[in-house]
Amino acid sequence: MNEKQHEYEDLPGTWVFDAQRARKGYPLNNFFMSLMKEENRKAFLADETSYLSQFKMSDAQRDAVLKRQWNTMLELGGVVYCLAKLAFTDQHSYQYMAAEMTGMSEQEYVDMMLAGGRSPDGWRSKSETKESAQGDEV
Amino acid sequence: MAKITAGVGCSHTPAIGAAVDLGKTETDYWRPMFEGFEASKKWIKEAAPDVVIMVYNDHNNAFDFKMIPTFAVGCADEFPIADEGWGARPVPIVKGYRELAAHIVQSVILDEFDLTIVNEMEVDHGLTTPMSLMFGEPEAWPVRVIPIAVNVVQYPPPTGNRCYNLGKALKKAVESWDEDLNVMIFGTGGMSHQIQGPRAGLINKEFDKNFLDDLSRDPERLKDIAHLEYMREAGAEAVELVMWLVMRAALGEKVDEVYRFYHVPASSTGVGHIILNADNNE
Repeated sequence: MNEKQHEYEDLPGTWVFDAQRARKGYPLNNFFMSLMKEENRKAFLADETSYLSQFKMSDAQRDAVLKRQWNTMLELGGVVYCLAKLAFTDQHSYQYMAAEMTGMSEQEYVDMMLAGGRSPDGWRSKSETKESAQGDEV
Repeated sequence: MAKITAGVGCSHTPAIGAAVDLGKTETDYWRPMFEGFEASKKWIKEAAPDVVIMVYNDHNNAFDFKMIPTFAVGCADEFPIADEGWGARPVPIVKGYRELAAHIVQSVILDEFDLTIVNEMEVDHGLTTPMSLMFGEPEAWPVRVIPIAVNVVQYPPPTGNRCYNLGKALKKAVESWDEDLNVMIFGTGGMSHQIQGPRAGLINKEFDKNFLDDLSRDPERLKDIAHLEYMREAGAEAVELVMWLVMRAALGEKVDEVYRFYHVPASSTGVGHIILNADNNE
């Protein structure tokens, strides 16, 4: 059976964490959750590949973690709040991670926010978004 | 009898907590935001609530993916501070009110709201940053807290209408508690923000202003805002605003706006804040 199409899938540059995405992301998110313990953060940073082998995630999910491809992690079922635990483990802020997702430098992102943020104009549906902006550059 | 005397709407972000904990509240970036809460801190000190019902969302800290309750009430005596990935915030432990929480659970379940009962729970920045903004940095928090965690992480969160009706049931529950208590209710999260994907950084000041206006002017409009509209107009994470509707409805039909403040940005977030007095003479 095909998965139902939802209206929110038309939001550009956004992956809504719904039940289907949650199902796919379960092992990936369990990995992120493990980073709430200091000893696990250390073990992960010491040997990322071996640490990740404990989790039954797909190769694509594992690859996205190793390459810190934040948008791919979202697309493959990661929750942004859980991704943040990986950013924090890397000693980065939420803001750094958000900037990476937009393809801006952190300073450009901060400047955009200080200037009032991103306007919803042009970002309400995929059809009106000029840039494709739909994933990580590989 | 216990009464809900006032409601507070307040955004939360990890960055606000970090700014407090690292002593950055006086920097050029943060000063304008923290100054906006100075009046609120004075107000709440004078208003001296005994208990705060904190409607907030957990960000995958207390709840992992084994269980995702839509509404969960913290019924413990105390709630330790979660390590969200960079160590626990150095803020006082949050003290609960087990007896009143148990009463609320019993009352609202019989009112057809099937809340999940949680007897052990850590709390994250969703709960602690509004505490820091309203109460500053005390040795111990000056209130007892009943946390009500709302799922806004996995789509769909409860509807605005459901949240609004839960607020009404909470009012009834509190007012049937036979102890003179000054109870306040906080609705946290929001306002416009998106923190994921290429669309991150989205802010809609007009949406936020209309929302703040209608909390007193036309709350019935707000309860009918669909999830898609929050996400499309104000960012994927703006859907957290449904939690403000629990707060609003718990205040009764009419409210007096005491104070409001709005500031962009705190990291990726449009920070909205409002204080509403309940009209208990209605």
